[in-house]
Amino acid sequence: MSAPAAVEMRRVSRHYGSVAAVDDLDLTIAEGEFVALLGSSGCGKTTTLRMMAGLEQPSSGDIVVKGRRVNDVPVHARNVGMVFQNHALFPHRTAFENIAFGLKYRKVPKPEIARRVARALEVVRLPHVADRLPSQLSGGQQQRIAVARAIVIEPDLLLFDEPLSALDAGLRDELRVELKRIQKSLGITTVFVTHDQQEALSMADRIVVMHGGRKRQEGTPEDIYRAPNSEFVMRFFGRVNSLPGTVTSAGGGTMQVALAEGVSLPVPGDAAPGTKLSLLLRAERLRLVPDDGTPALRGHVTGVDYLGMMVRYDVACGGETFQAIQPAEDAVLPIGTPVALSLRGEDLVLS
Amino acid sequence: MSAALTGLRPEAAHRPRTRLRAVPTWLLIAPALLYMGVVFLLPLANTAWVSFSDPMPGLHNYIEVLTTPAYLRIYRNTTLMALLVTGICIVMAYPLALYIARAGGAVGAVLLAATGLSFWISFLVRTYAWTVILGSRGPVSQVARWMGYDPPPVLLFTSAASIIGMTHILLPFMVLSIYVVLARIDPVLLRAASGLGATRGQTFRQVVLPLSMPGIISGSLLVFVFCLGFYVTPALIGSPRDLMVASLIATQIEDLLAFGTASAMAMLLLGATLLMLAVYDRALGLANLMK
Repeated sequence: MSAPAAVEMRRVSRHYGSVAAVDDLDLTIAEGEFVALLGSSGCGKTTTLRMMAGLEQPSSGDIVVKGRRVNDVPVHARNVGMVFQNHALFPHRTAFENIAFGLKYRKVPKPEIARRVARALEVVRLPHVADRLPSQLSGGQQQRIAVARAIVIEPDLLLFDEPLSALDAGLRDELRVELKRIQKSLGITTVFVTHDQQEALSMADRIVVMHGGRKRQEGTPEDIYRAPNSEFVMRFFGRVNSLPGTVTSAGGGTMQVALAEGVSLPVPGDAAPGTKLSLLLRAERLRLVPDDGTPALRGHVTGVDYLGMMVRYDVACGGETFQAIQPAEDAVLPIGTPVALSLRGEDLVLS
Repeated sequence: MSAALTGLRPEAAHRPRTRLRAVPTWLLIAPALLYMGVVFLLPLANTAWVSFSDPMPGLHNYIEVLTTPAYLRIYRNTTLMALLVTGICIVMAYPLALYIARAGGAVGAVLLAATGLSFWISFLVRTYAWTVILGSRGPVSQVARWMGYDPPPVLLFTSAASIIGMTHILLPFMVLSIYVVLARIDPVLLRAASGLGATRGQTFRQVVLPLSMPGIISGSLLVFVFCLGFYVTPALIGSPRDLMVASLIATQIEDLLAFGTASAMAMLLLGATLLMLAVYDRALGLANLMK
């Protein structure tokens, strides 16, 4: 049998009165893996994290770390590193003292503490701020010190609770790359809670999408983006268009679906001819092309949202408005421009 | 000039309060300054003047106070009483403040209101209440008698009584000072500490206590300074043998008509108080008291 998983949650629930914050959750995290718990607020991701930390007790189910059931182990005995949204550094202690805090309770001798703190400061690339108080550090530096404080204790499990959401955009991108680098180089099993799909996609080895206290889908960032198992998950990663269609023929895993205006496309799936379907298409997969007279969905631009790298168009087509995101390499189409919509059958997902 | 005025007009129309800017600041604070000047600074200056001039000019009043062992004993006694009351207040107030801060919500609000409520009852009333409670026929004596202490120990008109009374009156200051600081400690710091391996006790000693020191110190300053000049409670329920400075000053004026000596004693008390404030200001900054 292989080595036990770093963390396992077995049918874990957490109820507050009659409300289930986490509902019958099964989750297995491998040694050294970086898992993102993704969801909007109230989805149960933070409660899950807090139960892993020991800050909260499950109402039922087991939490197992390295093969040992830890439900009843108090926080301070669990050896988890935690990084919070607002750094949570002790304001009356210097960066050095903050980082050394956890080592004192692990009976690490003094010279060893100094060595390990210095090493941790190097890992977060802030070797020169040891003697500063948190109030003398910038927001990004504070969060780096918080990371150093969490990794210096060599935790079994590193828990991040939206650590980047209090920082401004530029810093957030920088620290995102930095955290990923640190996590990979140290190989610490990490769980990262976020509501930001970009963060989850760019950092995690595996994403767990949560909603209503339950797991909706889990997989690699690419799996989840490419093959969402539900409209909910698909909509979580961007703007989605919904197109009505009717199946005209089917067989061998592909069916011919008739859309409006004489457009017919092969779509993966099997359904009896005559079935009415709703097909989902990501805004970035819908292309606006010049009208060349061939059968196509046609419409005109009703809204333009210029984002620099990208342009997001609203296109009125029949009675519906579709959204299309295009690279901004061509000239921006003005409102009122007639366009044809180009789409590929393999990008369509059955809702 | 007129263009500038017209330019200002739309803004003034949007924000009528800017009209107040036409009134010079000194005029707005003048009533308060005048009042403080007449009823506080003038008498204080007069007291200072009397201390150096009555019955004749010179430092003899100060020399008398500082060289009379009986007077010095009273200053020392006052300081010790004040320190004791401050210490008792810290020990009693801290757990309550911590409980209120942790409880929060309705329980916290009720306890906080109950603490503040005692501010609304005159401390004269509260002091007289102690004369009943500690009196020879009061509940404390009854219990002592029932437990076999007959005659019961004398409580009223002792230093113990004035310590009990002053502690009772000053405790809310300490509770509120400490509570304000504790309530501002981000609970996430406690989670961080326990996550790093600190037990509850260690978290308290390493994080909560150091972060609440400013509250303890400002509360102590308030209580200590109050105690130094406390008159009513020690005079009504305290020991006539162990006078405190305020009572001594009253005796000098009422019984001996020694205005010069009394004034010098008052100035020395004021000096001691200002010294305390200066030390506090050095350590923590007086402005922090207002926060």
